[in-house]
Amino acid sequence: MIAVTSTHMNEAQHHHAHDDGKKTIVGFWLYLMTDCLIFASLFATYGVLAHATAGGPGGRDLFDLGYVGFETLFLLLSSFTFGLAVISAHKNKKGSAILWLGVTFVFGLSFIGMEIDEFTHLIAENAGPGRSAFLSSYFGLVGTHGLHVTVGLLWLAVMIHQVSHFGLNAVTQRRLACLSLFWHFLDLVWVCVFSIVYLGGVL
Amino acid sequence: MLGKLSIEALPLDQPIVVWTFVVVAILGLAVLGLVSYFGKWKYLWTDWITSVDHKRIGIMYILFAIVMLLRGFADALMMRLQQALAATGGAGYLPPHHYDQIFTAHGVIMIFFVATPFILGLMNFVVPLQIGARDVAYPFLNSFSFWLTVMGGALVMLSLFIGDFAAVGWVAYPPLSELGYSPTVGVDYFIWALQLSGLGTLISGINFIMTILKMRAPGVTLMRMPVFTWTALITNILIVAIFPVLTATLALLSADRMLGMHFFTNELGGNAMMYINLIWVWGHPEVYVLVLPAFGVYSEVVSTFSGKPLFGYKGMVYATCSIGVLSFFVWLHHFFTMGSGANVNAFFGIMTSLISIPTGVKLFNWLFTMYRGRIRFHSSMLWSIGFMTTFAFGGMTGVMLAIPGVDFVVHNSLFLVAHFHNVIIGGVVFGLFAGMNFWFPKAFGFTLNETWGKIAFWFWFIGYWLAWTPMYVLGFKGMTRRLNHFNQPDWVPYLNVAFLGAVLIGIGTVAILIQFAVSIRNRKVSADRTGDPWGGRSLEWATHSPVPFYNFAHTPVVTSLEQHWDDKIAGRDPNAVRPYEDIHMPRNTGAGFVIAAFGFIMCFAIIWHMWPIAVVGLVGMIITFIVRTYNMDTDYYVPAAEVERTEDQYARAAIKGAV
Repeated sequence: MIAVTSTHMNEAQHHHAHDDGKKTIVGFWLYLMTDCLIFASLFATYGVLAHATAGGPGGRDLFDLGYVGFETLFLLLSSFTFGLAVISAHKNKKGSAILWLGVTFVFGLSFIGMEIDEFTHLIAENAGPGRSAFLSSYFGLVGTHGLHVTVGLLWLAVMIHQVSHFGLNAVTQRRLACLSLFWHFLDLVWVCVFSIVYLGGVL
Repeated sequence: MLGKLSIEALPLDQPIVVWTFVVVAILGLAVLGLVSYFGKWKYLWTDWITSVDHKRIGIMYILFAIVMLLRGFADALMMRLQQALAATGGAGYLPPHHYDQIFTAHGVIMIFFVATPFILGLMNFVVPLQIGARDVAYPFLNSFSFWLTVMGGALVMLSLFIGDFAAVGWVAYPPLSELGYSPTVGVDYFIWALQLSGLGTLISGINFIMTILKMRAPGVTLMRMPVFTWTALITNILIVAIFPVLTATLALLSADRMLGMHFFTNELGGNAMMYINLIWVWGHPEVYVLVLPAFGVYSEVVSTFSGKPLFGYKGMVYATCSIGVLSFFVWLHHFFTMGSGANVNAFFGIMTSLISIPTGVKLFNWLFTMYRGRIRFHSSMLWSIGFMTTFAFGGMTGVMLAIPGVDFVVHNSLFLVAHFHNVIIGGVVFGLFAGMNFWFPKAFGFTLNETWGKIAFWFWFIGYWLAWTPMYVLGFKGMTRRLNHFNQPDWVPYLNVAFLGAVLIGIGTVAILIQFAVSIRNRKVSADRTGDPWGGRSLEWATHSPVPFYNFAHTPVVTSLEQHWDDKIAGRDPNAVRPYEDIHMPRNTGAGFVIAAFGFIMCFAIIWHMWPIAVVGLVGMIITFIVRTYNMDTDYYVPAAEVERTEDQYARAAIKGAV
């Protein structure tokens, strides 16, 4: 995928934007690795504090695997539709790229909506982030992921506009490639969150 | 709307702060007035603030670091004076809360806003030149990084006059740094200043790794990179590996303080020792982030002023890499006394001692480079030799502290304080000044005054030893760090000598300022028309001084480690080859400055719980960034004719200079 994108860019370089796409994408990988370290710190924190419930509720009392399963489904589906958007973009089909980006946005928004709903319920049940160190680390980890998805949604919205405004040129292709990396990365982090926090908490 | 901010936040009851404010305000107004009087605002904006030129950003970083050095050093002098006055049970002149803020600010400023930006400045200026590049990989992000760092520094300075600063030591251990024990905004200033500057440093790290890996001129293989560039590469790898941890850790501390969470608190399951682990996972490699590029500077300086290629180039590279790897396995030596058990302590003790091996390799390499060399005692060479003698002692006391049994006796004492000043002043600061004297003519086209440079060195060098040797002794005598007052007449003479040392360092610092003034006054006499005043060996000396904005007339083609030296021997002048070609360059942009400024507003508002304003700052950052992404015209070509005109000017100036 990245290789395809960069050949597009090499052709485009001679025209208008003198944009070294490959360099940007590798740099973005590097940024993702730094973000990965932020999540690593938060996972480590969760690992240390997971049993520090301070007499409050634990994972078994709080998590509804079915609900989180649907959340997960939405996020995984959004990754799939993002893949379809990238394929359309490579085939230079602007309309269908925008369509799939839009579908991705809707799935992503559903995920965030469900997460906010889940958080609201927890806080209402007196299981908010201030209740115990376990809940602090839970909200810290899952909330940081949610914050990332929110930033991704904003980025998606901007990209939908940019693709319709500028078309699929070297720059928007490159940005789509970066956003796609970001989106799949968040998916991967979520798989870890689901396995370690939710499954680990309930089982 | 204004959250916790009210008129009581102004420290009007503290005369020292009020007078500082008056002086700063007068100086600030004078600077603003002068800029307006000479009509330089447009020039400042178009040529500096919006510049994405790595050389200008490098110069601004160093200027910022020097300004912050004066602040950090003022803090140091105040502490020395307080301890000299309060040693016999007197109260001294600083109340405890104020004193605690001063030692915290001193540490934070010296590490984050002096050493780090100075290092980043040198890397910015030198690395692209040494690898034959025209700029860094992402010029806009480079400008953004710089302004983030400045805004972080501005927050620390602001805390002096609005509210207070953290009074918890420079790494802000909880539970002391939690809301219950530090209810004022001081720790919040600490957190958000470091979040801003830490983000800037992280982005710089990504930028420089990509620059070094992807922007090297043809023929510059990894093993043909000068050692300074190598150390920069390793340092930036360390930066991207550790700064995310700092960001996460400070965010958690902030969540405790602002959202009532319990990561590091005493209550409801919080774990303060986790903070201490996390902060040192960042903190120990950070020391190497600072010292490795300084090692790079010494390598360049010693080789140039000994007139010899660097002894053991490969050994230097491998030593740098192994220090980089080892730096991740030593963090626990900062808290041997935590009680992790004998085996854990032994592991970290041994790993710590191991670092002295690659460091020793480096020291011997520099000595062998000097051996039978034709040494010129330029001031940057003096700083390098001063470093070798001073740092060797710092390294040895470091190995002492690495032994858990010894550490149990002297931890948290002035012995430790003496040790890390020994390696940071003797290792990092001396290197920064060596680099400054070395590369100054490359940046400005004239050399720094040698007389004042040497005066500065001798005052710093002697001042260092006078200030810190007594601290080692006091540490053995059981004096703990960060004492505001005490009743122990036995310590008085040592503290007086230490104060004298600090005064000498102060004179040395003033000598550096005089050096600038004298050098600027004599710039016509000391102009460097050759571009190579010291008989340099690496690529940055192959272009003119001051470096034209496009760096090299032609992209250099490199076939050896010391390309420039070989060119000189063979009588080649790559700049003069014609015809010239169009050069592709990035356009300047104010976006980096504007986003960072909104970041400043956001952080200041968060500190004071002014939520609507914080939202304005956040939205301002996001919108400015998005608007920037709609600008597709971010680069341009310099026509070949303009390159030729510029090159001819330099050539004429060189001939005039030679006559």
